[in-house]
Amino acid sequence: MRPHDILLPVAAGLCCKPGGFHIDPVRPVERAVITHGHSDHARPGHGAVLATQETLDMMRLRYGDNFARSTQAIRYGEEIRLGDVKVKFHPAGHVLGSAQIAVSCNGLCIVASGDYKDATDPTCTPFEVVPCDVFITEATFGLPVFRHGDAADEVKKLLASVTLFPERAHLVGAYSLGKAQRVIALLREQGYDAPIYLHGAMEEITHYYQSRGVALGELRPVKGVKKADLAGTIALAPPQATSDIWTRRFPDPVTAFASGWMRVRARARQRGIELPLVISDHADWDGLTATIAATGAGEVWVTHGQEDALVHWCKSRGLAARPLDLVGYGDEEESEAVAADEAEG
Amino acid sequence: MNRFAELLDRLAYEPGRNNKLRLITAYFRDTPDPDRGYALAALTGALSFKHAKPGLIRDLIMDRADPVLFGLSYDYVGDLSETVALMWPKAVLAGHNNPPPPSLSEVVVTLRTLGKTDLPKQLARWLDELDETGRWALLKLVTGAMRIGISARLAKTAAAALGDKDPHEIELIWPGLAPPYLDLFAWLEGRGDKPVNRDPAPFRPVMLAHAIEDSDFASLDPADFIAEWKWDGIRVQAVAGRDERGQMQARLYSRTGEDITKSFPDLAPSLRLPGAIDGELLVLREGRVQTFNVLQQRLNRKVVSPKLMKDFPIHLRAYDLLGDDENDLRELPFAERRAHLETFIRKLDDPRIDLSPTVDFDSWEALMAARADPASAGAGEDTEAVEGVMLKRRDAPYLPGRPKGQWWKWKRDPHIIDAVLMYAQRGHGKRSSYYSDYTFGVWTKSEDGEQLVPVGKAYFGFTDEELLQIDRFVRRNTTEKFGPVRHVVHEPDQGLVLEVAFEGLARSPRHKSGVAMRFPRISRLRWDKPPREADRLETLERMLKDVAAN
Repeated sequence: MRPHDILLPVAAGLCCKPGGFHIDPVRPVERAVITHGHSDHARPGHGAVLATQETLDMMRLRYGDNFARSTQAIRYGEEIRLGDVKVKFHPAGHVLGSAQIAVSCNGLCIVASGDYKDATDPTCTPFEVVPCDVFITEATFGLPVFRHGDAADEVKKLLASVTLFPERAHLVGAYSLGKAQRVIALLREQGYDAPIYLHGAMEEITHYYQSRGVALGELRPVKGVKKADLAGTIALAPPQATSDIWTRRFPDPVTAFASGWMRVRARARQRGIELPLVISDHADWDGLTATIAATGAGEVWVTHGQEDALVHWCKSRGLAARPLDLVGYGDEEESEAVAADEAEG
Repeated sequence: MNRFAELLDRLAYEPGRNNKLRLITAYFRDTPDPDRGYALAALTGALSFKHAKPGLIRDLIMDRADPVLFGLSYDYVGDLSETVALMWPKAVLAGHNNPPPPSLSEVVVTLRTLGKTDLPKQLARWLDELDETGRWALLKLVTGAMRIGISARLAKTAAAALGDKDPHEIELIWPGLAPPYLDLFAWLEGRGDKPVNRDPAPFRPVMLAHAIEDSDFASLDPADFIAEWKWDGIRVQAVAGRDERGQMQARLYSRTGEDITKSFPDLAPSLRLPGAIDGELLVLREGRVQTFNVLQQRLNRKVVSPKLMKDFPIHLRAYDLLGDDENDLRELPFAERRAHLETFIRKLDDPRIDLSPTVDFDSWEALMAARADPASAGAGEDTEAVEGVMLKRRDAPYLPGRPKGQWWKWKRDPHIIDAVLMYAQRGHGKRSSYYSDYTFGVWTKSEDGEQLVPVGKAYFGFTDEELLQIDRFVRRNTTEKFGPVRHVVHEPDQGLVLEVAFEGLARSPRHKSGVAMRFPRISRLRWDKPPREADRLETLERMLKDVAAN
């Protein structure tokens, strides 16, 4: 049996024929296995959905109770049989509940890693290297210019700015699912214990994180707070809101954006960001290449992002590699996507 | 170096002047000598070393990176220094005693003496030791391409704030200072005496005028004022003085205190008498003042060829004297300074330097007539270079900055047209949530019938209230979004007419309309006017012809 007899890219997503399911399908399918809760991977309208409890909960929050006909929760490390294949979930370290999916059949193991990062994140279970024959990797930051550094240093930069400009509000653009909660947790790790203000669009998901035992300290809605009272505070909002009329409720705001894209100056300038914070929920170049090497995979399939550079790197290391031309990923949090070519970073 | 890099990084993104100031001042406060001094030198353009060529930087990365990956990365990032800074491989340094990253002082001092052959190796060592931002700043510094939107004046103002001093005080002593400015910082922090300026030809901070409004005249008495022509040239200060060895030193400064002597070697020999002249730099051909567009050929030139000097002969028109030999005249009333100036210019007797004539008037009406028709009020053939009149109080001392009620500028009526708002873009800083940059157009006949052609862009002139109104209009009437630009409805019966005032008009092959405006701004919103009644391109072309005919 060859790898593409087990998993094959089709229009609806990555299809596992012998297992009778699709991974992260972009169109409604009979049986879906889903890596994580971002909207470009977790879509509504499928028949049966298999995912972690957190991913199922997030889908329910976003799409309502009837987002699928039936659901089944699976834990990290748990293995179940679907048709002729075995499916096992491993932590991906991307956001709360995110998973890599290992599909095995006749002694051949393929890992679909979804979105992942190997950097530490206080809000989710750490990434785990899964040895396999074929590794399917994302390539959002698949260029050697993307090196994310220590997120704690970026948060220190934010706090230094708050000290320097105590009469201004600091408005941090962050994707609602995952990034926002991570930034809050990082601030708390640095000893920042003042209330943190939230844009209405991220309240529900953030409270969900708290209900899953992620400690985030005191959070308050921005809505209803007087402009003057927002001086010296930190507020989080979806990226799009930080350049819109909504910002007028803040006193002379410093506009920050927490994203891996902030590594490239032109990107930050295009968006009018004053304080770029390089904090990413995706593996950077070093993370991608180190992970590929660590899995021991002899063959690598590269999905959404900068496929060319990563495929080139794999080949130069003697690995079989090819881009999987899957369409529909990289624009997770659709409602928040600011530019069409930008994935959540 | 890393701390300086952080400052540059933050400044590169910060649009607000006051916020830039605070960032720089905070850096000066937290950074020890001599690093902060070299930073001040870097920000004021006072560092001098041979810059590294981009080719050298490219060679360095090619030795260390896969060329395909470099190519893809460079394509993506678009800036060589930044690409190299980001993808520079992490150094594998043996042992635990990795050298600390270089300080800014170490970089500056080393570069001053480093030979060309040693540069690549030294650069590579520093790049190994620095982080991403540090490498970026280092490469910008060594290639001489900082471009972070900081003027020398701003950096000095930030230093002055450290000691609660007036930035003019720093300007006064600046020519006598050298990096790393230990004496300056000692004085600013109250640890030392004020440094003395031993420069024989120092810059004096300039005095500026307010624009006069119609309502101001009621409270002003014509008898208190002297009027001069306002020339459409470049405000300069020409200073000469003897150094310690008795040699005459001559310097030409811009209004901000930048030394521009080297750009005008043809003027320097004329500055033979010790003193400080405040005046206007012009190009004169056969005694006639040329337009600003002609003068522009002489501006921002590093190399000045003999041909350029011959074709664009430079001239200084003097209107004030701040120092006469050793005597500081700035405390004297203007009328007395003017008398000193007249004597000084007569004594100098140089064809390249003359006196800016006064304009006689006994009432505001008479002055208004002179301003409307300079040719018959004494300006003669130079009328085209007259921008308006200057009013100076007879008893005003020479005060740095823009003091109230002393000097007024009264420009000739600006050109005004009605144009139609076509595109809008978000502003910067405080205005980043508003559509505050407007492209406007006028009507012209094309193959497809009547069509609007863009003729300019304006960012100001409106009140805060008007900004809100335009912003609302833009948001409600967007027909298309293209990146940061919004196309705003502009049909004959639908759209917003803007009254645009501007200072001058020139032919421009670079603009689709063929004309370029100087200093355009929104003077009124014409909600009452349908776009079909806005001006036509022919109107602008006629204005161009009028200018040429005069």
